[in-house]
Amino acid sequence: MNGKRSLLHDFTKGFIEENATFRMVIGMCPTLAVTTTVVNGFWMGIAVIFVLTFSNVLVSALRKVTPDQIRIPVFVILIATPVVIVELVMKAFMPDMYSILGVFVPLIVVNCIIIARSEAFAYRYPVMNSLMDGLGIGLGYTINLIVIGGIREFLGTGRIVLFSLGSFPARLLFDPMAVMLTPPGGFVTLGLLMAILNLVIKRSESKKAAREAAAHD
Amino acid sequence: MGEKLLVTSSPHLKGPKTVRGLMLDVILSLVPASIAAVVIFGPRSLTVILASVVSAVASEAIFEKAVKRDVTVNDLSAVITGLLLALTLPPGVRLYVPVVGSAFAVIVAKQIFGGLGTNFVNPALAGRAFVMAAWPLQLSSKWVAPFTFDAVSGSTPLAVLRSGQTAIPSISDILIGNRLGSLGETCVLALLLGASYLIARGVIDWRLPAGYIGAVFAGAWVFGKSGAYFQGDGLTAVLLGGVILGAFFMATDYVTSPVTGKGRLYMGIGAGIVTILIRLWGTYPEGVTYGILFMNLVTPLIDRFMVPRYYGYVHDVSLRRKARAAGRRA
Repeated sequence: MNGKRSLLHDFTKGFIEENATFRMVIGMCPTLAVTTTVVNGFWMGIAVIFVLTFSNVLVSALRKVTPDQIRIPVFVILIATPVVIVELVMKAFMPDMYSILGVFVPLIVVNCIIIARSEAFAYRYPVMNSLMDGLGIGLGYTINLIVIGGIREFLGTGRIVLFSLGSFPARLLFDPMAVMLTPPGGFVTLGLLMAILNLVIKRSESKKAAREAAAHD
Repeated sequence: MGEKLLVTSSPHLKGPKTVRGLMLDVILSLVPASIAAVVIFGPRSLTVILASVVSAVASEAIFEKAVKRDVTVNDLSAVITGLLLALTLPPGVRLYVPVVGSAFAVIVAKQIFGGLGTNFVNPALAGRAFVMAAWPLQLSSKWVAPFTFDAVSGSTPLAVLRSGQTAIPSISDILIGNRLGSLGETCVLALLLGASYLIARGVIDWRLPAGYIGAVFAGAWVFGKSGAYFQGDGLTAVLLGGVILGAFFMATDYVTSPVTGKGRLYMGIGAGIVTILIRLWGTYPEGVTYGILFMNLVTPLIDRFMVPRYYGYVHDVSLRRKARAAGRRA
């Protein structure tokens, strides 16, 4: 905690080390609800990146004048600002996407990723670090949503539709599994991905420990 | 392991039963039903069964290799999972259904939770529930006509019964399995043969299937006929569909059923109630899968309430307080 924190590390830790979905297991509600397709996951992720970066910067900038006792209400007000911006912009320019993401856009206000980063990071560290933290955690979250959405969309509909680029593969390769588009499919996908990531991390840590032990000899 | 000193908690009794031996008994008991399936629905049933078993065993081996666990294929439990799953499928399903179903059953329902002994639901049924949710059409229309082996997309007798018609097969047709249905559920005689072997060998407890079948019978008898109570056909309700297969071979899975006899009876009754609820008032024609899965989840709760009282211990709290007060006065 002492000394200057690396801005780069504050950015990259959001991908694996402090991955919102798989490591901290927060922000699960939209993760399960909107990840039926890649595109939905992508736009939800973009909204979260914007809100998280915006609110992290605001919270960090005001951290010295925010009284400790009322910090949570202050966070919520600060977070609500970018959320309203996102909501209005989406309604105006992407009404179709807004109708799909629906209530989950305004609900970003109480998304625990945002509150958690305000409380655990932005409230304690300078503005630049908080900016990088917001971008990193948000980008990591977006990647999670796209991966989960991709798996569910591919297995559930047999193809992946990427914006106006069309769908891949063009021809159905197998009978789509309807269950993947339902909440149980979301839970199964999420759980399996979490298990795989934990396994990979555990493996690499034990390898690292073995290497260090060898180096000490 | 032989030369090591093993320090374990009691009991230290060592019986002749091994996991492999028990599993072998269960496989033997399913042989008549499997043969009946091949005779009734044709050689294609054999393909479905083989695909399912091979997929289950391969999934178990590959997964255990991948996460560096001991490969436990030799305990034969994966064979049973694959076999049971195949017996719950319609004979005409595309082969990816048993393959994916078995892989899901073994990997997600069993190995992820720690392998044999630590799974919280019956793997075969979890696999069936998954493929049922994934490809509902495959699981509800790929029937095969008995003995002629023609593909049929009609309704099973259970679905016919549900739609209010009464054109159900005769009792003798039901017993030998001359009707539409899943691979292993139609030939009731073969199932009962296997079940009586299991009970005679002491592999399964009769109380669980008794509670299950009794509850389904009673439920169908009381509520089975719309508009009148106590006039439903309980016997047909028990014999059609998967009740016999589920009650004897699936609900009795050691890992996911209660350990006490009384608990098993309650589990059977509970599964029967859920089955009847789904059959009579739910959206699916058959509820055996979900009835058993539901009671699998309740099993830890049943076990907690059925802890046997040990000798000399007064279980009733008020009695205990009274006894203590009496001791103090004395």
